[in-house]
Amino acid sequence: MSLSAIIECVFFTAEAPLSLDRLCELLHEFERDEIKAALNVLVQSCDERDSGIHLVEVAGGWQYRTRPGYQTYVTRHIKAKSAKFSQSALETLAIVAYRQPITRAEVEHLRGVDCGGVLKSLLEKRLVKILGKKDIPGRPLIYGTSKEFLEIFGLKDLKSLPTLKEIQALEDVPHYERQEELPLGQVGVSEGEDLPLLFEA
Amino acid sequence: MHPGREGVQHHGRDVEPALLDGIGESYSVHFDKFDGPMDLLLHLIRKNELDICDIPIAVITRQYLDYIKLMKDLNLEVAGDFLVMAATLLQIKSRMLLPQVEPEEGEEEEADPRAELIRRLMEYQQYKEAGMVIGARALLGREVFVRTCSDPELLAAQNVEGPLEVSLFELVDAFRILLARIPAEHFHDVAAAETFSIADCINEILSLLQDRTTVQFDELVRDELTRERVIVTFLALLELCRLKMIRIFQEGHQGGIWFVPSVTQESVADSLLTSLE
Repeated sequence: MSLSAIIECVFFTAEAPLSLDRLCELLHEFERDEIKAALNVLVQSCDERDSGIHLVEVAGGWQYRTRPGYQTYVTRHIKAKSAKFSQSALETLAIVAYRQPITRAEVEHLRGVDCGGVLKSLLEKRLVKILGKKDIPGRPLIYGTSKEFLEIFGLKDLKSLPTLKEIQALEDVPHYERQEELPLGQVGVSEGEDLPLLFEA
Repeated sequence: MHPGREGVQHHGRDVEPALLDGIGESYSVHFDKFDGPMDLLLHLIRKNELDICDIPIAVITRQYLDYIKLMKDLNLEVAGDFLVMAATLLQIKSRMLLPQVEPEEGEEEEADPRAELIRRLMEYQQYKEAGMVIGARALLGREVFVRTCSDPELLAAQNVEGPLEVSLFELVDAFRILLARIPAEHFHDVAAAETFSIADCINEILSLLQDRTTVQFDELVRDELTRERVIVTFLALLELCRLKMIRIFQEGHQGGIWFVPSVTQESVADSLLTSLE
């Protein structure tokens, strides 16, 4: 029984992503470094086999997920969630994700429109959560993104969101005179695992 | 109410919006493309191939007002947000016609009346693009899937792992569901002689929590399901939360909501676990 096989079993039966801490807690007879190494072995073995599933880090934990691109076949027997986001929902979500903690009024100032309805539906989808109240007159609610947001959008943590600078850099590529000013290694490079999809789509 | 939602026609969502092209011949209007005045302004700037940092305000204002007129012609309700932007544009336009006034001492006045608008537009554009990038990711349940566990017994076993902490939103939701269950009130009811105050309710909950370690939300209002009782109970719970005297847990999604006193948090959470098992 190898440690990586044990970890594989634990992941196979887990319902949600498991963090390294949780894994160490569950497998207390092993050292943290051993577990880390075994995780690496598992990640690599998926890549080597060209497997349909891979071990990814999402929302601060590890989870086996199907690779993007196979959805046509998967959805033949599993009903895909109609995860369709309107432009206003995505805009609002982006503003909350990048500017959190943020109040509704601040979102509305940025978007120039009423955002009550959009925020409510994001709350219902559990992508956004209420963080508390801001200590200013009126004590407005402040919003932030939830763990579900990271899970659904396949993000390791908030830091792995592409930075706004990177997004702008993507836009700026055709301007050759501006390109020189960009720091090397910023164009199109991001920590997000499958960001380039934007252009393939 | 929102013009972006009116959705007059939806042909070809992927086609570039041809808003003002071909008015008169055919209405190929893509209202669903615009999410508010900022979005419309950006569209106009892009359509005219303008530099966002140097907007010819007269051109943009005219086109913007044309758009609002078109919305009125189509009998669409023009949202106030669009009118606010129209007023801002007109104000900027008129300020640009006036000669520059020497800024008073100590007063740092912006030379270009458009500066504020341009800043907002650029910021908005950034988030709009960020939204598109986020939306283009491979989403869980759409492009990416996990092994799902549908066995109820296994799911129940997962829940034993630990109670989830409930967010305020879920608490409010539970409250709303409870309110909906209350039978319609009799209209001839005269104000009740004895009213139930929040303080009474707090005392009641606290004394309940002394005998027992956990209380369920439903339990508190089961005997007397009136609107007044539910509201008072809810307010009392919020107050207790605020005073950090209780903590709220939920067993899984849609599960019952439990309260535990926060004083002996650890021991109670443990006993909650065992009771769930």
